[in-house]
Amino acid sequence: MSATPAECAPSLESQSFAFESLVAVSEQTTNVWSQLQRLLFLQDYNTRVVLFGAAMLGGAAGVVGVFTLLRKRALMGDAISHATLPGITISFLAASIWGFDEKSLPLLLVGATVTGLLGVSTILLLRGLTKLKEDTSLSIVLSVFFGAGIALLGIIQQMPKGHAAGLESFILGKTASMVVSDAQLIAAASITCLAGCSLLFKELKLLCFDENFAGSRGYPIVKLDLILMASVVVISIVGLQAVGLIMVVALLVTPAASSRFWTDDLTKMTLISAGIGMFSGVIGAAVSALYPRLPSGAMIVLFCATCFMISMTLGVKRGLLVRSLRRLKINRSIGRQHFLRTMYEVMEQKQQLGLEQSITINDLLPARSWSKNRLATIVSRSAREEWITRIHQEVRFTKKGRFEAERLTREHRLWELFLIHHADIAPTRVDREADHIEHVLEPEIVAELELLLIEDQRELPQSPHGFDHWKQTDDSKNGNQKPNGNQKPSAEPPVSRARTGK
Amino acid sequence: MFSSSDKQQDDSDSAPLLVEDLTVAYHRKPVLWDVEFQIPKGSLVGIVGPNGAGKSTLLKAIMGLVPIATGSIKVFNTPYRKARAKVGYVPQKESVDWDFPVTALDVVMMGLYKQIGWCLPARRHHRTQALRAMEQVGIADLAHRQISQLSGGQQQRTFLARALVQNADLYLMDEPFAAVDASTEKAIVEILRGLKKEGKTAIVIHHDLQTVNSYFDHVILLNMRVVADGPVEEVFNQENLNKTYGGRLTLLEEVSEAMRRRERSL
Repeated sequence: MSATPAECAPSLESQSFAFESLVAVSEQTTNVWSQLQRLLFLQDYNTRVVLFGAAMLGGAAGVVGVFTLLRKRALMGDAISHATLPGITISFLAASIWGFDEKSLPLLLVGATVTGLLGVSTILLLRGLTKLKEDTSLSIVLSVFFGAGIALLGIIQQMPKGHAAGLESFILGKTASMVVSDAQLIAAASITCLAGCSLLFKELKLLCFDENFAGSRGYPIVKLDLILMASVVVISIVGLQAVGLIMVVALLVTPAASSRFWTDDLTKMTLISAGIGMFSGVIGAAVSALYPRLPSGAMIVLFCATCFMISMTLGVKRGLLVRSLRRLKINRSIGRQHFLRTMYEVMEQKQQLGLEQSITINDLLPARSWSKNRLATIVSRSAREEWITRIHQEVRFTKKGRFEAERLTREHRLWELFLIHHADIAPTRVDREADHIEHVLEPEIVAELELLLIEDQRELPQSPHGFDHWKQTDDSKNGNQKPNGNQKPSAEPPVSRARTGK
Repeated sequence: MFSSSDKQQDDSDSAPLLVEDLTVAYHRKPVLWDVEFQIPKGSLVGIVGPNGAGKSTLLKAIMGLVPIATGSIKVFNTPYRKARAKVGYVPQKESVDWDFPVTALDVVMMGLYKQIGWCLPARRHHRTQALRAMEQVGIADLAHRQISQLSGGQQQRTFLARALVQNADLYLMDEPFAAVDASTEKAIVEILRGLKKEGKTAIVIHHDLQTVNSYFDHVILLNMRVVADGPVEEVFNQENLNKTYGGRLTLLEEVSEAMRRRERSL
């Protein structure tokens, strides 16, 4: 492509491209700062209109994007936008042959819409006729249509009149080449989409969540899908000039995907997505107006991507940070539960053996496969959270800690009993199996287990596998293996008592 | 003829559901062949059959969600589209994405969307109605939880509440007992009995043969065609079960498989 965006600027009619002239001024004076001021304070009518158009476009794309994302049709927008290029170039050619104004935006967009829809129908046709999957037919159609468009663009540039210049802005996006009427068209189309999606909010919600149920209630699934697709087409078409056909899909997908990290509520998600889209549109348009060599599409995409990165890491509902914090918290509580139960069981064991009941950290070390450091961390954290008190090497339950330990031990043993009697798992293996499950036992499940397994529901069931680790303290000094995993159980499981329950 | 309550005898012509020689095919592969049965009012009907027997397809065909090749379906003696308001549907739990950004209450409200009307927002009394349905299934306290944070049983109850809130006369439920905890199963059985007491009808796809006797009073044994249908005590026997799950029907499957192979080679 020979003509760069900068070269195309002077070739365009000066009067109608008022926004362009603003740029031209900026290049003469090279006073970007004063331009920025004019932009920021919206002193210029044209700037205001263009920014408003871009904002509406971004907002509408954000809203429509949420539904296409939830309907899992995000890539369709990409196919549509790429398929518009042949339409644009054919309209341009036709207009210049028959002597119309070949830069007329409505004319170009009509062509864009025609081939865009043609592209979508080809995808659906390919999928129906052959047994190709949707993504395959999608990528074939996308590249073929785009290729055809590029070829036609080349032909246009070879033509003696050679006015193809403005067309590149459709590929990469260039708000600087927008006139007031263009911006008005974009704003009007976007507002129509926004209004449609707001009115049909609950119907689209139902469609995206549960198509079958919607169908059973008599909602016209196909028509609702068509409305959604039509919105995608409209956004892609009017977004061509601002974002460019290669990148318009980013405006549909990225704000929607970013917003999901912040909320579990569809209404809020839609608002956040619209906000990110709007902001991106404005930033892109403004930067492209200040620096005409920077395609607005690229700026919009980069800004969207920044929002996405921030959302992905910091999002309060699903962001990576929140999720890893949550995981850390769970791991800590599991560690604490293991510790309290182990301490309780060691204490119980010592009591049965008639030993003195004070417990030291050295007593606990061989009981599980934890390292000295890990145990020390858990002990000091538990002491801080007042589950236990610690005097030098000796640890002692607080009232709340003892209560909790008893509950945990009880649930662990109930689960062990269940595994032995109802799931046919060998007594030697149950301790480890129970370890994985006991942390997720909900009160109703515990109640069910109690009903199933024990007669006196307040009693603490005995451990079905005994505590080899306590007696074998000396043998398993390395402590890296959980002893009761492969040792013979010393105590008989309390089968008889457990079974009388039911 | 049926052991359920007496009052249905007089309006036998407004049977909740009448299916006549229904045939459904997906891509020319027949899924249901010549299915015919009638459901008496106020009965709890279990549909049992092996995987791929066309149980879900049957429910979807009744509601017009899949195109039918031949046959007629009458719901309360009219086509389904006219009786829609009287039918509540509980789809398979696995058929939706539970990560969807809505709360349990939102999902239950979906059962009222038709009542609320196109393009209008839900009003307060709709919300109360939905909460009452949630109370009925015992999950009112979870109303504002995001649906991915519900347990499997609670998700199933949410779906049930969404159908109940419609106050329909005929309920179609696709495996409501699949992968739920014991207390949810008990709750669903209670609700089914309550519906029956109100003279309502429920057709339930069921996979646990051991509980058919205690949960239902009418059963349809289905394997691409209706092997047997009628009161549980009459038709739910070993012979019919063998016919449904056993080898005799494999010929039907072989034929349809052959048809599909031919289709594929075209």
